[in-house]
Amino acid sequence: MSADELGHVGSTLGERAVFGFWVFLMSDAVIFALLFATYGSLLDATAGGPTPAALFRIGDSLIETWLLLSSSFTFGMASIAMKYGNARENVGPLLAWSAVTVVLGLSFTGMELHDALTLFQQGAYPSRSGYLSVLFALVPFHGLHVVGGSIWLIVVMVQLLTFGRDVRVNMNMLRLGLFWHFLGIVWVAIFSVVYLQGLIR
Amino acid sequence: MTDAHAWHVLFGNIDAHSWAFVRAWDNPTVSEVIAAVAAAIVVIAAAALGALTTALGKWRYLWMEWFTSLDPKKIAIMYVLIAFVMLFRAVIEGVLMRAQQAVAVNSPGFVSPEHFAQLFSTHGTIMVFFMAMPFIAGLFNYIVPLQIGARDVAFPLLNSISLWLTAGAAALLMASLVVGKFSTGGWTGYPPYTELGFSPGVGPDYWIWAVTLGSIGSNLTGLNVFVTIYKMRAPGMHLMRMPLFCWTALCTAILMIFAMPPLTVATALLALDRYLGYHFFTNDLGGNMMNYANLFWLFGHPEVYILILPAFGVYSEVVSTFSSKALYGYTSLAVATGAIAVLSFTVWVHHFFTMGQSADINGAFGIATMAIAVPTGVKIYDWIWTMFCGEVRFSVPMLYSLAFMVTFVLGGFSGIILAMPPLDFQVHNTVFIVAHFHNMLIPGVLYGLLAGYHFWFPKAFGFRLNERWGRIAWACWVAGFFLTFMPLYVLGLSGMVRRAQEVFEPAFRPWLFVSFGGASLLLCALVALLVQLWVSIRERADNQVFVGDPWDGRGLEWSLSAPPPEYAYAVVPVVHGRDTFFEAKRNLNARPPPERYADIALPRNSAAGVLIGISAAAAAFGLVWHIWWLAILGFTAIWAAVIGRSFARAVYRIVPAAAVERTEARWRHAIGDALPVSRACETTSANRGLARAPS
Amino acid sequence: MAVVATLSGCDVAGHGFLNAHGPVSSGERHLFCIVASVMMLVIVPVLVLTPLFAWHYRLRNRDHAYRPNWKFSWWLELLIWLPPSLIVASLAVLVWRSSHQFDPYTPLPLGAGRIEVQAVAFDWKWLFIYPQSGVAAVDELEIPVGHPVHITLTSATVMQSIYIPVLAGQIYAMGGMVTQLNLAADRTGVFMGENTQFNGAGYPRDQFSVVSVSDTDFERWVARLRTAGSALDGAALGRLSAKSVESKPLYFATAPPGLFQQILARVRSSAPVADAGAR
Repeated sequence: MSADELGHVGSTLGERAVFGFWVFLMSDAVIFALLFATYGSLLDATAGGPTPAALFRIGDSLIETWLLLSSSFTFGMASIAMKYGNARENVGPLLAWSAVTVVLGLSFTGMELHDALTLFQQGAYPSRSGYLSVLFALVPFHGLHVVGGSIWLIVVMVQLLTFGRDVRVNMNMLRLGLFWHFLGIVWVAIFSVVYLQGLIR
Repeated sequence: MTDAHAWHVLFGNIDAHSWAFVRAWDNPTVSEVIAAVAAAIVVIAAAALGALTTALGKWRYLWMEWFTSLDPKKIAIMYVLIAFVMLFRAVIEGVLMRAQQAVAVNSPGFVSPEHFAQLFSTHGTIMVFFMAMPFIAGLFNYIVPLQIGARDVAFPLLNSISLWLTAGAAALLMASLVVGKFSTGGWTGYPPYTELGFSPGVGPDYWIWAVTLGSIGSNLTGLNVFVTIYKMRAPGMHLMRMPLFCWTALCTAILMIFAMPPLTVATALLALDRYLGYHFFTNDLGGNMMNYANLFWLFGHPEVYILILPAFGVYSEVVSTFSSKALYGYTSLAVATGAIAVLSFTVWVHHFFTMGQSADINGAFGIATMAIAVPTGVKIYDWIWTMFCGEVRFSVPMLYSLAFMVTFVLGGFSGIILAMPPLDFQVHNTVFIVAHFHNMLIPGVLYGLLAGYHFWFPKAFGFRLNERWGRIAWACWVAGFFLTFMPLYVLGLSGMVRRAQEVFEPAFRPWLFVSFGGASLLLCALVALLVQLWVSIRERADNQVFVGDPWDGRGLEWSLSAPPPEYAYAVVPVVHGRDTFFEAKRNLNARPPPERYADIALPRNSAAGVLIGISAAAAAFGLVWHIWWLAILGFTAIWAAVIGRSFARAVYRIVPAAAVERTEARWRHAIGDALPVSRACETTSANRGLARAPS
Repeated sequence: MAVVATLSGCDVAGHGFLNAHGPVSSGERHLFCIVASVMMLVIVPVLVLTPLFAWHYRLRNRDHAYRPNWKFSWWLELLIWLPPSLIVASLAVLVWRSSHQFDPYTPLPLGAGRIEVQAVAFDWKWLFIYPQSGVAAVDELEIPVGHPVHITLTSATVMQSIYIPVLAGQIYAMGGMVTQLNLAADRTGVFMGENTQFNGAGYPRDQFSVVSVSDTDFERWVARLRTAGSALDGAALGRLSAKSVESKPLYFATAPPGLFQQILARVRSSAPVADAGAR
């Protein structure tokens, strides 16, 4: 018996899984929103230490933006491959696009890590001031999500090789897609609120 | 040095003096001995349970039938069990505090200041996160699917994970009795007192991780309940036809989803301060402790509505059932529930009116706080008018509901006082506020949980609870509450501060004595509940209600056997209106036999929840004591379990149609054998669970 | 709450704001009485109707109507929603007005000269600096009757809350930040002041005396401190910074000007407060 024929009228398993994941993303969004609010309230709490204008380099942030938003594009291509690939065993294009997405995602976090190490060398570490504390909470929190999503995508790739494109793998990809694009949106907010604002002020 | 270094890597900051027994041996004051006795109880109880289970050979049974079960009915029973165990500990802590304050008037008493501070911190943390929340999760898990005509919640595995995260966090709290000390910063954990500089021990870390695990569990429960109600109602069960308990469950779930994240942020940022030297809430280098207050209470206020709304749902069910009458003002009640849920996010500043905000801000939040009183008052009036022209029976659940109605309004009264900033300036952080929130939590939340326990126990276990001991417990709770907390209102208005291990005003003494007397009564109430359970189990053969409808109930849950089969509904019901089962009974069509039976798919058991809960608790313990290998191992194990589980394919098992038909036939045979009872006889042994329709 | 009304003359309530000794607390007491009376309109119907209905409509009573399906009435809805909304709306106006009237930051409109006090909360004692006369005291706040007192507060340790029930409501004192409290006494006497925000083992003893005296007695007190008090130097600040309770008030002849601001700056930069007085 397939998972869909469960006798729960009114909704299918897939519908519930995706809806439930949206709800989870909303509570994750609340966490990000509160980190942004904390960022706003600690923007001036530099305690005589490094300020945003002194720290940020727009070039690096632009490259990171390009990496992450491209990965959203490649994930979209993967989603299309999932939906329109013919046989269940035809996972080639899907795997390829997923692999590119993982590479882009991990490159993004790699760059962020490099940026953080550079900041540390400049004397901008989180225990220096309230501002740096919130900077090194908000941005790494997003980065950890990207790492988590990349690991998740690798797991999905393994499952594609093991099971092909079966129902549970598809449900997994649907939810991961929501997650991945959500992270892209949050990054746009981070780029604007943290980097652009920091350089303009 | 190598030996000491190896020890430190293996066991982190644990040393000889971390153990409560060693501390009591080195310094045998009454305070330390009490702590050691508590630790001994934990160790002995755990060992005894383990030994008993081994001796009876029940490990396999427990593992297969309970721990790995994804049946929401079993998960619910485990939740309520956790709640009762933690209630026992927290009530004892409360009695200890009342005893200390009664004795410590111009005298040091018998509990040291630090021990007293741990007591009020654990008491609050346990009652909110490990008594009330699990109890509520238990009621939701059992009753909501049954009331909406569903067989299960939306995400059974997530349900199990939530349960075991909560259990793991509770275990962490029990561990803090044995090794280390708990936080002395209260259940709110305000920095900078809880920062490393002012609280260098492991206490706040225990608090942070226990609360974090518990709050993640609650967040996921809210998600589960929300999707269940939204997506899995039986055909015809429109939102406006749901029982009121499901309305309150829906709104509570929404609150859980949006209100737990602020707590996660507050504790996570505090953890970053303590572990990595960040400056979110420190005095220096740009930290701002006011952010913590805002974050915590952005969670904290909706939290109290998370606690009270399910109780309101229980009262709706109980009052209408035991008045043999439709609930008055269903639409108003549903609208009021939604209004309370929305408004609960707009009032959080009233928890810190005294923090120096402008009069504009304080005034605005004071007005918002008053606004919540309107829908709450509407609900109380609607319950009162439900009794109007009804036939009121004074069963134990109804007694709790009546006691709630007359006592809760006094808490509302003190709440309006507190909503006025200038008056709050006078009574904030005094025992007036302690009296106020206990006035809301005991008559409001606890009576509701106990009413729900008495109301639905026959459904879950197939036999009624003993009425006499139920009434004795009720009387002790009600009298105990009044005696314990009314004096605190007077003392608060007289300027006595809260959290005081010692008082210096002799005029306070008689009031504190009365309060201690009340607390002793509350302990008796708890003992009476245990006696009631014992007696009820002994007498269960006389009080069987297998047919399933001992109270002439109104909702769909009463249309099943007691206990219900594991699949709950053999055939998903079709719903035509409100109080659908009650209407069917009046139309003499209470339990229509289905035309045919089909196979039913149920989730297979899974060890993932147990593994995740144990790993999370282990990781948390490692974080508390800086045992880094344990923290990393536990964290990795959580995700290994998650990833491993995602590779599982055959996650359902089939209950064949023939088995379903056999179970149903047995039940219908019992219905045929049973004699219907009138409401006057519902608490006698003649009640087999079949209600007689009134002529 | 009726119990409280009858007890307002009773021994214990004499310690709180119901036994007000100043304009702020008597205003708050007046507000309390208004709100308590209004709330009776809401409470009493519930306390009366609940037992009344439950008893009259009990199962064993044959003498009542039974209408099992009666569940709605427009008139009753109006009665249930409207009066509470009106009561809350009028109380809301009261909330707004009283929040502004009793704002702790608003100076009191009293004619007499304002007394400035700078308070620093320690573990577990209170330092009161009088910048106008250059003296300071620990755990004793001396004020002249009828004069408005303006207290600026900060904490040298954790969040604390200054509370003198018979004179005014409380306000938090927080490290690295400044809050304010305005109050006055309308009669002489010795009143209790305390900290209400838990801050450790010595918290129950974190109390101080408020001594309200006549103008001349206040001048004499300042003069006595100037001659007999000790110096509020590094050693004294070190003693205050230690986690301890002072069994008796301490008196200081000279508080260095700008000491309050220096303590504030040191807490913000995690420097030891004991060095604040040093030049």
